Amino acid sequence: MEAAALSLAPAAAVGIPLAASILILASGRYPNIRESWTLIAAVATFLSVLSLAPQVLAGGQVGGPGIPFVGGLSLALRVDAAGLIFALTSSGLWILNSIYSIGYMRTLQEHDQTRFYCCFAVSIASVMGLAFSANIITMFLWYEILTVFTYPLVVHEGTPAAMRAGRKYIAYLLVSGVFFLFAAVTTYWLTGTLDFTPGGILSADAPPLLLSALFVAYLIAFAKAAWMPLHSWLPSAMVAPTPVSALLHAVAVVKAGVFGMVRTVGYVYGIDLTRALGMNLLLAAVAAATIILGSIFALRQDSLKKRLAYSTVSQLSYILLGLSLLSPAGIEGALMHIPFHAVMKITLFFCAGAVISTAGKEYISQMRGIGRTMPVTMAMFGIAAVGICGLPPVCGLVSKWFLLIGTAEAGLPLLTAVMIASAVLNAAYFFPIIHTAFFERSAADDAVREAPLAMLIPLVLTAAASVLFFFVPDLPFGRLAALAAAEITGVRY
Amino acid sequence: MIESLIESLLLRYNYVMVVVLMLIGIYAIIAKSNLIKKIIGLNIFQTAILLFYISMADVVGGTAPIIEEGATDLVYVNPLPHTLMLTAIVVGVCTTAVGLALTVRIYENYGTIHEDEIPGVEA
Amino acid sequence: MTLLSNLPVLPVLVPLVSAVAALVSGWYDRRAARPIVILALALDCALAVLLLSSVVGGGPISYHLGGYAPPLGIEFAVDLLNAFVLAVVLPIMLLAVVFAGPTVGREVPAEKAVSFYVLLLLLATGICGMTLTGDIFNLYVFLEITSLAAYALIAAGREQRSLVASYRYMIMGSLSAGFILLGTAHLYVATGTLNMADLASRLATLYDSTLVHTAFAFFLVGLTIKTALFPLHLWLPGAYAYAPSPVSIVISTAVAKVSAYATLRVLFSVFTTAFIVEYFPITDVLLWLAAIAIIAGSVVAIAQTDVKKMLAYSSVSQMGYIMFGIGVADPVAMAGAVFQILGHAVAKGALFASVGSVIALGGPRDVRGLAGLAARMPVTAAVFAVGAASMIGIPGTAGFVSKFLLALGAVESGRWVFAGVILASSLLTAVYFWRVIEVSYFADEADPRLPAKEAPLSMIVPAALLAAACVLFGIAPDIPLSVIEPAVLLLLGGGP
Repeated sequence: MEAAALSLAPAAAVGIPLAASILILASGRYPNIRESWTLIAAVATFLSVLSLAPQVLAGGQVGGPGIPFVGGLSLALRVDAAGLIFALTSSGLWILNSIYSIGYMRTLQEHDQTRFYCCFAVSIASVMGLAFSANIITMFLWYEILTVFTYPLVVHEGTPAAMRAGRKYIAYLLVSGVFFLFAAVTTYWLTGTLDFTPGGILSADAPPLLLSALFVAYLIAFAKAAWMPLHSWLPSAMVAPTPVSALLHAVAVVKAGVFGMVRTVGYVYGIDLTRALGMNLLLAAVAAATIILGSIFALRQDSLKKRLAYSTVSQLSYILLGLSLLSPAGIEGALMHIPFHAVMKITLFFCAGAVISTAGKEYISQMRGIGRTMPVTMAMFGIAAVGICGLPPVCGLVSKWFLLIGTAEAGLPLLTAVMIASAVLNAAYFFPIIHTAFFERSAADDAVREAPLAMLIPLVLTAAASVLFFFVPDLPFGRLAALAAAEITGVRY
Repeated sequence: MIESLIESLLLRYNYVMVVVLMLIGIYAIIAKSNLIKKIIGLNIFQTAILLFYISMADVVGGTAPIIEEGATDLVYVNPLPHTLMLTAIVVGVCTTAVGLALTVRIYENYGTIHEDEIPGVEA
Repeated sequence: MTLLSNLPVLPVLVPLVSAVAALVSGWYDRRAARPIVILALALDCALAVLLLSSVVGGGPISYHLGGYAPPLGIEFAVDLLNAFVLAVVLPIMLLAVVFAGPTVGREVPAEKAVSFYVLLLLLATGICGMTLTGDIFNLYVFLEITSLAAYALIAAGREQRSLVASYRYMIMGSLSAGFILLGTAHLYVATGTLNMADLASRLATLYDSTLVHTAFAFFLVGLTIKTALFPLHLWLPGAYAYAPSPVSIVISTAVAKVSAYATLRVLFSVFTTAFIVEYFPITDVLLWLAAIAIIAGSVVAIAQTDVKKMLAYSSVSQMGYIMFGIGVADPVAMAGAVFQILGHAVAKGALFASVGSVIALGGPRDVRGLAGLAARMPVTAAVFAVGAASMIGIPGTAGFVSKFLLALGAVESGRWVFAGVILASSLLTAVYFWRVIEVSYFADEADPRLPAKEAPLSMIVPAALLAAACVLFGIAPDIPLSVIEPAVLLLLGGGP
């Protein structure tokens, strides 16, 4: 592995949103200034992440400055292909989500908007830090900060229902944090290091039972991946304002969980040890069960956001499933599913939020004929829904194609069957929504009342991106995913 | 067996007295509800410790450690524990004073010096 | 003789002399006491920092009081550990005294202002003496000075429940000191010396002696009462909860931490690791007691409705962390324990400062009463949130570092159950702190009893500084650890 080039860009990617959070807090009384800080920070963060892309695409790595921590550990940042995928996705979508938030929050005249934008910025900073973490301890730092600072966003409404949901949220995620710390401490004890290293840092010398238990601890630690049965915090978190659900609980927070599993399998255990321990089978079983059960649960939801949440639960496990295959195709598909699912799911949430804020409708049963009053919104919803089901011409097909090849290569027809069954279930929970929206008629008049432009533009853009990535998946996620998969599996192709 | 135990206890009767005094003190502190009696218990406890120091410093046939001219074969009592105990006595007096002052203020506020009659006091 | 050559004794003398100065000038003008106290403690902080830097640079210092050489004379022995503890404790005392300004006239009657400040200085004197001395009888004397000042300070406020709390503390504290004095007597009988270094070397041949074992048992009981290790903690909650706010800060940080330091010193410098592990195997017992303290303290804290009582029980739990490190007795866990001395001091100081400013300004003291705190007093609420995060052990705060080190130490020595206790305890801690965060930030409307606006600057600034220290030492634990790690190795190696 070549030495990482030093750069301030990773630190900037973390520092800019953090600085923005303070500026937002300071200019709380002037909404326009406050919200321009958010936008400026979003663009600046994205640019600093983007500036790292050429080096990483060329196969290099970028390191950042480190702060010495305990016992030879340090809080350090390092950018590699896998991290860049996650960071690019989150920071890019933050720009659109900020525009959307402004539209959404102003339309609903939400209270405590300063706290909202401030916590949002810190959450993004922690996502950046998490994506660029060079070692487990740094990742844990940002993982916990992400938990703490998303909590105010989840309970933003302050209603008893929101507080209850918030308690559940924080309980699940703090408990998972305890397992994370336990895993980190034990790993440090076994290896004397916590640096993410392709091929893994743990060796097979340790007792297999301990290593297996440790793997399970890591799996529980990444409960943010919402695998079943540790998923139920995610639907509860849907009490948050929609921009939070859209960016954090469809993209940033949950992908932090799966990203953590990618790091665990690829960079802490290494695929050989994972396979030797049989942990890939455990992961595959959990993922397969979650994919199917998540979709079935989604069928039963009438609340649109909750249905989307269960859909997220199920889709996230595609990534875990790809990872469990331990093959180049599987991991490449898994990593590509991170950005691709992100753009599609954020589109769906944007649409749901537009309907909630403009038409005041949260439940699918209320949405008869909504496609006539909000044609653009619902059209985009349709595109993204088609994508999640894995149909062309949307990018969901690309990542799922790789995953299918991976399952076929691995000679696991059962997993192939799970993927196909899930596609059918996806269709089963999305097409009724589209049917209700476009082909049923409401009693009220169907004059066009679209969402404000600040909401409409982001959702059109994300929908466009979903289609764009179908045609040019290599721009740049496919290439990055291939690089990362090669690094993890050690197979260059 | 028993006889040797009794014998060794009798030989060290000063330790026995110290232990008895300490236990009396601790008993008063724990069992008495009267705040003044608790302080008396504390004093007995402290006095036991003082006696322990003083008795251990004693040397049979020893005299006060004042160097007399010409007297070369005198055995002196160890003076250090005595000086230490002067300090401890001062500390004990201070503690008693603080304790009594607190008791006075408790009486002013609650109208009682019995711990179990003071309202709203839990463990 | 230059002033600098007397450096080790100056931290004790400065507050002692200033106490007299404050008392005398206070007769003429009541307002004169406060600036004198602040100046004296600021000077003391500077001295502590100077002492630490000279120990870091030039190794341990042995100072002979009055020029009499030990073991006959009294020695002040300064090494990395006590210089570090002093440099932690004195700045917090200074902040507490600054914080105390607005509470005089509110929590503390204005006519008692002078004696209140003088007592704070006497407390500082006792604390410095306890930390610096290398003589075990001297340790007892300074311990009693500290305690006597603390009893009086706790009862200095208008809160009448503090009287009974102070009385109980007085009884337990005196018993504890009595046991320590008895232990000292046994050690003197066994060795004929009172100097700690001398004791350590002479005891080395006497580890099998019943006398030494008895002495150790007396010390252990005395020190566990003093550090409020479960189940001898019953004096603590009332004393912490009903004392005036600045006093709560001082006794929960300075006094508690110096007691913990004294425990470390006696267990590892007078007796040694070899003794407490092999000859009088107490570490496992301590570890179990610490584990019970950690869990039980948190569980009882969950049941509290009074915020200050909740913080007090949280201290029972957090002081358990220090004992936990002693129980594991390996360098990593001990570093965690010493780091906890720092981390818990700043975090608990911040918490008591935050809650204290609400109560001192006439606000409510029950958890529900803090509803809407963030809207009325944003800085105070933020300080509380940071302190709570440190107690829970969220990374990025000082509390996390000690938790990490303690868990690592437990895992390294194969004590998986105890590693589990350390990790799980953060969840219990989260339960009771999260309640407060929830009401203070997300309640619909503010409690009418809350102060209408933010606390005065002299309260906010110390509180905010403590919270900032929490974060600083959480992100850059390397700064204190560069002192703690060698200090711990020295301590475990035996001899002061």
